[in-house]
Amino acid sequence: MKGVSRRRALQGALAAAGAVLLRASMAQGTAEPRVIQMTARRFAYEPNEIPLKVGERVVVAINSVDFVHGMNIPDLGKRLDLVPGRVTRLELQPQAPGVIDFVCDNFCGEGHAEMHGRLVVSA
Amino acid sequence: MQRRDFLALTAVGGGVVFASALAGCASRGENMSSGKGLAADYKDFYFVQLSDCHWGYQGAANPEAAVTLRKAVATVNALEKQPEFIVFTGDLTHTTDDPAERRRRLGEFKSIVADLKVKTVRFMPGEHDASLDRGAAYKEYFGETFYTFDHKGVHFIAVDNVSDPGAKIGDEQLDWLRKDLAARDKKAPIVVLTHRPLFDLMPKWDWATRDGAQAMELLMPYENVTVFYGHIHQEHHQMTGHIAHHSAKSLIFPLPAPGSQEKRTPLPWDASAPYKGLGFREVEAEEAGKEYKVTEFPVVRA
Repeated sequence: MKGVSRRRALQGALAAAGAVLLRASMAQGTAEPRVIQMTARRFAYEPNEIPLKVGERVVVAINSVDFVHGMNIPDLGKRLDLVPGRVTRLELQPQAPGVIDFVCDNFCGEGHAEMHGRLVVSA
Repeated sequence: MQRRDFLALTAVGGGVVFASALAGCASRGENMSSGKGLAADYKDFYFVQLSDCHWGYQGAANPEAAVTLRKAVATVNALEKQPEFIVFTGDLTHTTDDPAERRRRLGEFKSIVADLKVKTVRFMPGEHDASLDRGAAYKEYFGETFYTFDHKGVHFIAVDNVSDPGAKIGDEQLDWLRKDLAARDKKAPIVVLTHRPLFDLMPKWDWATRDGAQAMELLMPYENVTVFYGHIHQEHHQMTGHIAHHSAKSLIFPLPAPGSQEKRTPLPWDASAPYKGLGFREVEAEEAGKEYKVTEFPVVRA
């Protein structure tokens, strides 16, 4: 429970920074953002844990291979439909350390409840 | 003996784990005038809510899955006073990719619950029944996925928030809901039956309805609305404004309390206490009160 409380506190801090995080424009800096490839398939994101650094600009490029999976990131007020055959880009620039959970919110089958992951932001 | 006295007695002798008055639905009011959608003929009655049976599930979370539903049916049939009707709030079956197997499970479920003594039974789908084929197989066995009915002055609205795999009610159904509500008096007793919570209970566990806020906005002007739902495999009570939401226990395996652990994995089966955390409920609408009374029952009564 202690770990959960700590994680919630971190999530709260990140949620507050979420709007800033998602508004981050790729045009702000001169360097190209780091691109992280992700695959969505029944019933997992691969990878399902993404380490990030505070202030780092990244693009998560998601390729769904078998279903229109969802990617809901409630703490950031953001969700995506991951359409097979199309690369879905999630732009991020974390502003504070913490853990942000994401989950598939399009019911995709028996293992749907297991399809989730998290962004782990370190200082 | 009044119904409430009977329930109190069964709570003592029947292993009932919870019984309390719950806000959320009005009976007839003194200031209600006669007219469409009013509760002029409102009388005491009670119904039984069963939910999340997941027929076809096989796994460690319930090694007795093949008999749990039948035991629950027997327990309902053994109630001293039978309910006036029964509702199943979704996930009648456990999902499968195989359309033929899905139909087999739906058919078996239907056959098992046909043994209920009470023959007025209302069904609605859960995402396990309907999301992978947008309700096609479900409709073959149980008909429309959203509908209304009236019982002794209470207007019941079954809302489908699962046939869309994205957990959306959808514009068409929301428009239907808007038109149905437009015919109601603002004081009319209304009960909404649905599978997923209509509010954001725990979105990171997919415990939400994506456009549930739109349904709530339509319901909010009505003074006496109560929502009964399933999906989260546990009893949970929450208010959004003046509207009460009551989730039901499952008949397959319990899930953790919202946010109590990192993942929403089923709570482990307890061999020393089979069916622990599972059950069904009675919902009593009292003539004089402005509330429903909920009494929880285990799968098997001592």
